[in-house]
Amino acid sequence: MDDLVLAMLVRALAFGTPILLAGLGEIYAERSGVVNLGVEGMMAVGALAAFAVAQSSGSPYLGVLAALLAAALVSLPFALASITLRANQYVAGLALTMLGLGVSGLLGKPYEGAPLAHPLPEAGFIVTALLLAVLLWFFLQHTYGGLVLRSAGENPETVDAMGIDVYRVRYAAVIFGGAMSGLAGAFLSLAYRPSWADGITSGLGWIAVALAIFAAWHPLKAVGAALLFGALYHLSYRLQAAVSPEFLKAMPYLFVVVVLSLSALRKGPSGAPESLGIPYVRGERR
Amino acid sequence: MDGGGGGLRRIGPFLIEKDLVAPPIRVLLVSAAALALAFLTAALVFWAYGVDPVLAYRTIFVETLLSSGGFAEGVRRAIPLLLAGVGLVLAFRAQFWNIGAEGQLLLGAVAAAGVALFAPLPAALLLPAMFLAGFVAGGLWAVLPALLKLRLGVNDVLTTLMLNYVAVYLVEWLIHGPWRGRTAFGFAYSDRFPEPAMLPLIPGTYVHWPTLLLALAGALAAWFVLTHTTWGYPVRVTGDNPEAARYAHMPVFRVVFAVALASGGFAGLAGVGEVAGVHGRLLEAYQISLGYGYTAIIVAWLARGNPLGAMLTALFMGLIFASGDVMKISLQMPFRVTDVFNGLILFFLISSERLLYYRVRWAPVRKGD
Amino acid sequence: MTEPDALLTLKNVTKRFPGVVAVDGVNLEILPGEVHALLGENGAGKTTLVNILYGLYPPDAGDIYWQGRPVRIRSPQEAIRLGIGLVPQHPLLVRAHTVLENLALGMPRGFLLPTRGLAARIAELTRHYGFRFDPRAPVWQLSEGEKQRVEIVRALLQGARLLVLDEPTSVLTPQEARELFKVIRRMRSEGEAVIFISHKLDEVLEVADRISVLRKGRLVGQVTRAEADKAELARMMVGRQVSFERRKPPVRPGAVVLELKDIHARSDRGLPALQGVSLRVRAGEILGLAGVAGSGQRELIEVVTGLRRPERGLVRVLGAAPWSGKRPRIAHIPEDRRRQGVAGGLDLAENLLLHDYARPPFARGPLMDRRAVYAFAREQIARYRIDPPDPRTPARLLSGGNLQKLILARELHGDPPLIVAAHPTYGLDVGATELVHELLIERGRTGAAVLLVSEDLDEVLALADRVAVIHGGRIVGEVPVEKADREQIGLWMAGVEA
Repeated sequence: MDDLVLAMLVRALAFGTPILLAGLGEIYAERSGVVNLGVEGMMAVGALAAFAVAQSSGSPYLGVLAALLAAALVSLPFALASITLRANQYVAGLALTMLGLGVSGLLGKPYEGAPLAHPLPEAGFIVTALLLAVLLWFFLQHTYGGLVLRSAGENPETVDAMGIDVYRVRYAAVIFGGAMSGLAGAFLSLAYRPSWADGITSGLGWIAVALAIFAAWHPLKAVGAALLFGALYHLSYRLQAAVSPEFLKAMPYLFVVVVLSLSALRKGPSGAPESLGIPYVRGERR
Repeated sequence: MDGGGGGLRRIGPFLIEKDLVAPPIRVLLVSAAALALAFLTAALVFWAYGVDPVLAYRTIFVETLLSSGGFAEGVRRAIPLLLAGVGLVLAFRAQFWNIGAEGQLLLGAVAAAGVALFAPLPAALLLPAMFLAGFVAGGLWAVLPALLKLRLGVNDVLTTLMLNYVAVYLVEWLIHGPWRGRTAFGFAYSDRFPEPAMLPLIPGTYVHWPTLLLALAGALAAWFVLTHTTWGYPVRVTGDNPEAARYAHMPVFRVVFAVALASGGFAGLAGVGEVAGVHGRLLEAYQISLGYGYTAIIVAWLARGNPLGAMLTALFMGLIFASGDVMKISLQMPFRVTDVFNGLILFFLISSERLLYYRVRWAPVRKGD
Repeated sequence: MTEPDALLTLKNVTKRFPGVVAVDGVNLEILPGEVHALLGENGAGKTTLVNILYGLYPPDAGDIYWQGRPVRIRSPQEAIRLGIGLVPQHPLLVRAHTVLENLALGMPRGFLLPTRGLAARIAELTRHYGFRFDPRAPVWQLSEGEKQRVEIVRALLQGARLLVLDEPTSVLTPQEARELFKVIRRMRSEGEAVIFISHKLDEVLEVADRISVLRKGRLVGQVTRAEADKAELARMMVGRQVSFERRKPPVRPGAVVLELKDIHARSDRGLPALQGVSLRVRAGEILGLAGVAGSGQRELIEVVTGLRRPERGLVRVLGAAPWSGKRPRIAHIPEDRRRQGVAGGLDLAENLLLHDYARPPFARGPLMDRRAVYAFAREQIARYRIDPPDPRTPARLLSGGNLQKLILARELHGDPPLIVAAHPTYGLDVGATELVHELLIERGRTGAAVLLVSEDLDEVLALADRVAVIHGGRIVGEVPVEKADREQIGLWMAGVEA
């Protein structure tokens, strides 16, 4: 019995890991004041980069590195559009998702169905994700850099007045978020599946965005939230015999709607950064 | 400073100045430049895929713009884009961030299929009933997130988007389960619609003209309501400044609710057009829509809040879709290539928006200045 | 050339914005240990000058010297490094963070947050100046006065030798202002230099050693306190004679127009904001509501104008609830004219319709009559002399004064029996301020009931027939203006009850 519970917990963790990794990245981006809806696209790019490099070089670790770099790289145009050019963050994020899914689908064509010689164990990613959650929490709450990051999302004017470049802080947070999405993608294509297919992310990126809200933008709470989502996924697999598979596939998305509504019902402050989604313009004080 | 201002920069003899308004000619020029950059960047992606970009663009140009059949394909793709795009123009004008046109379109298709397959209606009433059902179904699919936003403050971008996925699986379930056709054998789709439930086509093309007329009329009507009626005025105020709308005791709830209903409804009509005009049955979600609902976001954004502008931008994006077909058939590229186009176009467009508020002036430095 | 012992010297500093010269050839010297007042009306260029000193804008021309050395201040960081500290008019603090975190943000950075050492230094400074605040409290719990003290402590921690205080008394009660003056004098005695920016003559005369007067970006005069004359300063500041007389003639109030009984209401954050407010305003009367920011004014205005339902209590405007269909017209001059008062992307004509868009002659059935709309707009624009006069101008392009005229034109149209004016002259220049005052007085004389909410006590005393003071969501005192005593009102504003 205990073994069964443990096994279920491990599966829930495995399902929850990509959501947790990408969700932590999104939490950082949003704490700095930028909503990045491009997680799904960045994750796909990361997954492809990881697979392509791991397959051609034979080293899955090089693959992970490639995923981090590639996803961080595709987050750059988003950062440019939404931070420097002050475009609507939501629309810019959608554009990033379209672009990421499009480019990875196109360039990934030759890798469809190809085998991977050296997949990575899931456990490594799971442990890394949990460690990262703790580290990121500590950084955010107890270091100067974390304070600057939080302040940029709450009141960027103040950060600017202290002589710190708000744009640089936000760029850094967005790029970091991209790298984390890439890592989540690498988990999918190197450990979880391990293979590449167009549509490999299957909406996990969106769930990561919802996770940031559900976890009240708190890295430690994100662990619990990811476990919950993971357990739900796992459950949907176990229920396959009883319920129609389409319903089970739709369930995470419905769950996101429910979770967002429940989060909105919560009493008291939501924990949302005060300047979330608002581009910063120097010298235009509100 | 009142009205912003400041920020002058000099590059050689040119002076770059902030401008408070964006004259139409500059909007046109900057948008054209953004599109050109998007195509250039796409060329890079083609090259990385191993397709000669020059060849790709020549093929696209010849097979869409210079061939009547290709152009008609563009028009056919423009129909759902215009309907859904006009709906999104309305939604965005009221700051209802409806990203869910894709799902609303699918719901329209489902409702139309339900009526076509199962409603015991006289032949003449069948199509009107399908359009009505499609409008209502699409509208309700948008009203749910609107209510969550209005009542609880739930982020509309995420909820409308999530419901797209739910709509996809709803369609899948129907065609694999209860609505699966008797003639479908191994495939997953419904029975064919009866003949009176099919839309007529312009001969020699696949353009289902009743939907096209409906879309054009819808765009005109939306423009007229927005600019010339007491229903449109509160929508524009709410969209421009929701705080001001509340301050003026405008019925913000009703405004957003109505706009959501209309927005989803228009997308629903697009779904009706696709199943009744193109496919004649309910089939896989990705076959019904090809992502029209997402592309409609670009149509609406490119139209800059003007429903009449959407007529032009829908045709443009329709031609992009037709190019996707061309590239798939003539260049053996996956259809994903339209996503690359879409993403790049959207990226460059929103990035260019800030530049509309700068003007470049010829002002050489004089001696003694 | 430069006085050798001057801490800061400005020479011919100029800053242009498209269409205006915000600072025009200003020369200024600040000596160590002096309190130097910059006196000027709104729009005189004071804030621009501060932003130049603090490295937020580069000057277009002119030189800045720090202790005789020429310097370029390119960023706030460089200003801080030189020893210039700014206490801005609106606090630059992160509301969600604690005082300690806010102060740590401004300190030299290490990897970890400095907590213990910093807390000790804060405690030392607060003891020295007699401040009281809990460094572990989140900033949103602090009063405006406390936030200002946090800003001062931050500047001192950063090693400021020149402290720039931008309109520091605008959010304080008279007593709190006096406390601040004590602190300023203490700093002066320790050799700190202070630039004190204000448009209020009395406080400048009370605290400054030297006074420089700015008008339309130019330095128009400089005097020491000993030789300063109030009327002369006022003339320099405004450019003509100014009277300090109260301008509202007394009225005999008519019937009760607005009645509030035991109103309880919550703020947007769900906290109790109004806790048993009762008020009456009669026709022909101006009731001035004074109070420090955040005492419940916003919620009170929203209850009166029907934008917020009270949890308990009775609101009647001429016998009708303000949110009912039968309510009479209520003019509402909003607190934040740009954020609330207009739809900036719509044009002037459309903004004049905010309340009447569905009424004839502007609408016939569901159709709007654009010709009637623009004819009406041209008429109003001419009457209120709104600039630019093209009714198709987007409202966002208007200056503050013209925006307020647009709002007044709309709100006062149709002779509303009740006028609710929230901070109606905030940020306006002299001309626009006078127009607003004249209009309110004239409407009062012709029988409208006026509820004037203002943080500017001088304005309340100059316009109101009766003064009420709100604190912590309750009316803590009420007095006819002829019996009003600044001292007493100040105590009320601080929450000391009658």
